[in-house]
Amino acid sequence: MCLGIPGEVIEFLPDQPDLARVDVSGVRRVINIGLLADDPPKPGEWVLIHVGFALSKIDEDEAASAMQFLEGIGQAYDDELAALAESRIE
Amino acid sequence: MTADQGGGAGPAQAGWVAEALRVHEQEEQQHERRGSPQPLPGTVREELVLERIDRARRSRPRIKEDRITMSHGAGGKATQTLIEAMFLSEFSNPLLEPLEDAARLNVGGARLALTTDSFVVSPLFFPGGNIGDLAVNGTVNDLATSGATPLYLSAGFILEEGFEVAELGRIVASMKQAATAAAVQIVTGDTKVVERGKADGCYINTAGVGVIEHDLDLGVAYAQPGDAIIVSGPIGDHGVTIMLARGELDIEADVISDTAPLNGLVAGLLAATDGVRALRDATRGGVATILNEIAKSAGVGVLVNENDIPVRTEVRGACELLGIDPMYVACEGRLVAVTAPEAADQALAALRAHPLGERAAVIGHVTADPPGLVQLKTAFGGTRIVDLLVGDPLPRIC
Amino acid sequence: MRFVDEFRDADTAHALSAKITALCEPGRQYKLMEVCGGHTHTIYKHGLEDYLPEQITLVHGPGCPVCVIPMGRVDDAMALASEPDVIMTSFGDMMRVPGSHGSFFDAKAHGTDIRMVYSPLDSLKIARKNPDKRVVFMAIGFETTAPSTAMTVLRAAAEGLTNFSIFCNHVTIVPAIKAILDSPDLRLDGFLGPGHVSTVIGCRPYEFIARDYGKPVVVAGFEPLDILQSIYMLMLQLSEGRAEIENQYSRVVPWNGNTVALKAIGQTMELRPYFEWRGLGFISHSALKVREDYAAFDAERLFSVPGVRVADPKACQCGEVLKGVLKPWECKVFGTACTPETPIGTCMVSPEGACAAYYNYGRLTRQRVKEASGT
Repeated sequence: MCLGIPGEVIEFLPDQPDLARVDVSGVRRVINIGLLADDPPKPGEWVLIHVGFALSKIDEDEAASAMQFLEGIGQAYDDELAALAESRIE
Repeated sequence: MTADQGGGAGPAQAGWVAEALRVHEQEEQQHERRGSPQPLPGTVREELVLERIDRARRSRPRIKEDRITMSHGAGGKATQTLIEAMFLSEFSNPLLEPLEDAARLNVGGARLALTTDSFVVSPLFFPGGNIGDLAVNGTVNDLATSGATPLYLSAGFILEEGFEVAELGRIVASMKQAATAAAVQIVTGDTKVVERGKADGCYINTAGVGVIEHDLDLGVAYAQPGDAIIVSGPIGDHGVTIMLARGELDIEADVISDTAPLNGLVAGLLAATDGVRALRDATRGGVATILNEIAKSAGVGVLVNENDIPVRTEVRGACELLGIDPMYVACEGRLVAVTAPEAADQALAALRAHPLGERAAVIGHVTADPPGLVQLKTAFGGTRIVDLLVGDPLPRIC
Repeated sequence: MRFVDEFRDADTAHALSAKITALCEPGRQYKLMEVCGGHTHTIYKHGLEDYLPEQITLVHGPGCPVCVIPMGRVDDAMALASEPDVIMTSFGDMMRVPGSHGSFFDAKAHGTDIRMVYSPLDSLKIARKNPDKRVVFMAIGFETTAPSTAMTVLRAAAEGLTNFSIFCNHVTIVPAIKAILDSPDLRLDGFLGPGHVSTVIGCRPYEFIARDYGKPVVVAGFEPLDILQSIYMLMLQLSEGRAEIENQYSRVVPWNGNTVALKAIGQTMELRPYFEWRGLGFISHSALKVREDYAAFDAERLFSVPGVRVADPKACQCGEVLKGVLKPWECKVFGTACTPETPIGTCMVSPEGACAAYYNYGRLTRQRVKEASGT
C-alpha cells in the first residue's frame, strides 16, 4: 500500500492535461499527474507513482547528493579496509 | 446510514475464530500424544515458536473452506492442500504419491510417462501464443521433465456456445504447428459445447504419453545437499504477458510469452550428463513453487541468490509497478534442473548450447539445513525465506 | 532500475552497518520504531536485520492501513458488496482480510461481484462501463492514498457520474504515532518516519514528537540503503543528544508536503470525530469521511450499512503487534492457528503486516541465517 515506484515521464496525452505516460524499466503506463498541478513534470523528469497517480517529483539534485553521501561512506569504508589490511602494529 | 457506534450494546463476536482455535487445539493435542521431540536445553523462546510452526506445517493437510476459491487453482499452498487432502487421500496409490508432473508407469516392459493438463487461460490470444500452443507445449513439457520422450497427445475441447469458429480455427492451427515443432502427434480428442456464459470461449484438456528410454530416475525427492539448482532462462515472462494482455492495468511493455516445447532442451541435457537428479517446468506459482517442492519433497533446504536469477528488465519493471515478486510469476518455457554438484558445469553448457537455454544460470544450491525451507540471499546481502504463497496475484495464467 | 538499484548496493550497506555499530554505546539497548508497513516489508524482504548490531531492535509500528481496519468495518464493506447491482472494487491487499463472516475473497467464491483494482481510477472506469450497476470503491490507506481517492471523487463529480461512490476508511498517521508515544508499554528511542505519507503531509506534523517527547525522527525512503542511512542518522542524533526531525528521503519528500494533494483532501473529505482502530481502540480525529457537498459519492450515505461493532477475537494479539509491544512470533497464535492461509488477524493478511512479513520472509533464527549465508 505504501508502494511508490519511480518512473520517467515520457509524454503528455493530447486533450488530457491531467494524464501522462510514464516508463518504469521499459514498462509504460498512463498515470494521472493532477496532484502535481502546481509544478507539472516535463518529459524526461522522474516522478513517484502510487496507485496510478504521481505523488511527487523526484528531485535529481537531492538524489545525487544522497548518492554522494552513500558513495562517500562506501569509499571511506573501502579506504579503511585497505588501511586495515596494510597497517601493522607490531 | 452508518451509526457511528461508541460501543453501546455489546459488540458482536467472530465465531469462526473460536472454532479455528478449537480445531487447532485438537491437532496440537494429537501431536503431543504422538510424541514430539523434546526441545533442546537452553532453547530461546523464538526457536520454540518456530518449532511449533514447523510442526503445524507438517500436520495432515485439511481443507478448511466449504467452497472452492481462486486460490485453489493458483498452484500455491491452497492448491497443494486440495490435492493432498482431497485427491491424493481418495485416489491414494503408489503411482500417484510422488505427485510429479507425470506418472511413471511400467507397461509390458516399457517405461511410460503419462500426464494430463487443463488450460483455462484468459485471454485466449496473447503476445507470443494462444491457448492452443500453450496446451501442446505445456503437456510436452510435463513429459519432458519426467525424462520421457513425448510421443502422443489427446486434446479435449470444451467450447462455449457463440464462440467464433474462425478463432477456434486459429487455435487448432497453432496446435498443429506446435505439435510438429515438438515432434508429437495429437491422436485422439473430444468435443463438448456448453451454454453461453460458461467456458469463457474455450477450455482445453490434454493428456500426454511418452516413453522413458534411459535408466535415470528423476524426481525432486532425490535432491541432496550440495546439488546445484539451475534455471534455463529468464523467469516471469509468461505471467507478465498474460497480465498485461488482459488490458485491465493499462500497462504496455515489450514482453511476450515464453511458451515453448522443452523436449529438445531436455534431450540435450540428459545426453550431456547423467548427473541430473530432477527436472521441473516452472508454470503457475513460478520458480518459487518449484524450489519449495524440492525442499519439501526431499526434506532439504534450498539457498538461492537473488543476483543470479535471470529476469528481463521489463518483467522486473512490471513486477515492481504492481508489487509482485517475479519468483512467483508463471513461465511456460523454462525448466528448473537439480544436478549433482560435479555435473553442474556440463549441464549448464548443454543448456546454453540450445536456443531455449541461452541464458541458463546456476541460481543456488541444495543445503542440509533447515529442511523444508527455501532461503534467498537478497541482492542486498541479507537473507530471507521464500515461502509458498496462499493464492496467486495473477489468476488464470495457464 | 534508476532510483532503485543505486539504493540497493551491498557494499555501501556494509559500510553503513559498520558506522551504525560504531555509534552504539556499549551496554545500551536501542529500540527504534519503523511506523510504516512498507518499511517493515522492506526490512524483512531484504533481510536488513542482518545488517544491524544486536543492540538495536526494530519495533514494527501501526502504519499498515489494512491492518488497522476493525472487523466490523470489513463486515460493513461485505454488506455493501452484497447489495443488489453493486460492483465492489478494492485494492488487492483487502481481498483476504477476514470479517466475522469471511473475506472479500470468500464472498467472491459465493458469487458476489468484487473486483481487484490497482488504482481508484480503474474503479471509475468500471463505473463508466457499467452504467446500470452501482460501483463502490473500498477506500483505504493513510494520507499517501487519500489524495488519489479525493482526485477520483473530484473527477467523478466533474463527469457527472451517478453510479460511483466510495466507502471511506482513510486514516491519518499522526494520531496513531501519538497513541504509541502515550502508551506506557513502550519505551522507544526514535522513529523512522513514514516516507510516502510525508510526500503529502510534509515533515512539520512530526515536530511535536521531538518537541514534546524528546524523540528523534528521520523520514525514511523505502530502499534498503534508505532505511540503513535513516537508522544511521537516528543513531547519530542519539549519540549527539539531539532530538530533531530530519528528512532522509529528500529526493521525494518536500518539507512542506504537497499543497495540491492536501487541498483535494480538504475539499472532498473531513475528519471523523473518532474512529475505531484495530487493536488501538477509539482514537479521536484519526480518520476521514466524505464531506456533505460530495454526499452523492459517499457509500455510507447512499446505502444502509450495518455499522455493527465486532470485538477483536480474544486470541488475536494484533493490537499489541501493531503497537510494537509484541514481536510477531510472541503472539500466541502466530504461525499455528494464524497463518497466511488461515489468518485470524489483519497483521497476517496484509502484505505490510508485521506478522505476514515475518512469516513469509523472516521466519529464520539468527543462527540459521549465519549458517546459511556463511557469515
